[in-house]
Amino acid sequence: MNKEVQIHQHLHLVGHKCPMNFVYTKLKLEEMRDGEVLEVVVSTGEPARNVPRSVIAEGHKVLEEGTLGEHYRIRIRKVGE
Amino acid sequence: MELSEQEVLRYARHIVLPQIGGVGQRTLKGASALVVGAGGLGSPAIYYLAAAGIGALHIVDNDVVDRTNLHRQILYRMAELGEPKAQTARRRVEAINPHVSVQATRCRVDDTNVEGLVRGCSVVLDGSDTAGTKFLLNRACVAASVPLIYAGVIRFEGQVTTIAPGVGPCLQCLFADPEAFDRDPLETCSQAGVLGAVAGQIGSLQAIEALKILLGVGDPLIGRMLVVDALDNRFRTVPFIQRPECPVCGSESGE
Repeated sequence: MNKEVQIHQHLHLVGHKCPMNFVYTKLKLEEMRDGEVLEVVVSTGEPARNVPRSVIAEGHKVLEEGTLGEHYRIRIRKVGE
Repeated sequence: MELSEQEVLRYARHIVLPQIGGVGQRTLKGASALVVGAGGLGSPAIYYLAAAGIGALHIVDNDVVDRTNLHRQILYRMAELGEPKAQTARRRVEAINPHVSVQATRCRVDDTNVEGLVRGCSVVLDGSDTAGTKFLLNRACVAASVPLIYAGVIRFEGQVTTIAPGVGPCLQCLFADPEAFDRDPLETCSQAGVLGAVAGQIGSLQAIEALKILLGVGDPLIGRMLVVDALDNRFRTVPFIQRPECPVCGSESGE
């Protein structure tokens, strides 16, 4: 995890409840190309649990996730198309 | 066909579905549906297509709202008795979803207008109540290569199938003789009666089939007739095949 991942897109979704945080994440991923990385920052708690799970269910890869100050950061590699 | 912020919120529960997403929702926005008959079948079908965010909806019906319609035609209110169904249905759709462009035409579908109505549509839903209209729509949709969601309902029973021209059989492959269909003891529901909620169930199934066809997902009822018996809660799927001698879609039909 020491190697710095190149981030292609970033979404700040703190304050957005489920499922809208995932909806915005999914729409952004649809715009991106296969292999590109999206960094999403969501609220801790339910969003931090749900968004990675939903992203994986859609076939994408969660590269890393963890708390970032008071929030939660998820780095997603787009898989497909 | 971009989605506005309001549309993203409205369709959030569609967008999260793997089979739809933003891509599918934009496909629906770019699609158009013709609904023939805004009655017992058309009511739920129109409601769900409008709510689902289909881009354009054309509602065709020749009747006015009658008190005897109200037990099944859930588009209409007491205050609308005597008003044309097509225009009343349009107002209802506009109230549900302003993102849908809705057109209402008060007319009976016949040989002279069917081609123009069907042409250019992404999908047609048959909510009509006469055999003549059903076979006319089948012919026109096959000729124009537009998918048709056929349905019928009577008493506690309903039927749905999807006619996909060039892909599967048509209505006349199943009912070879339209004249016999008319003489069938399966009378119109005005004489035989119908449980309103069964019309609601079958009309909803039509909307689902139409959305599946537009999205290209799932396994539509192509070459299969879903027969629902609500009294016994029995759902049967009856397969049927394309007849080469079918005068509408058959390879031996002389085209």
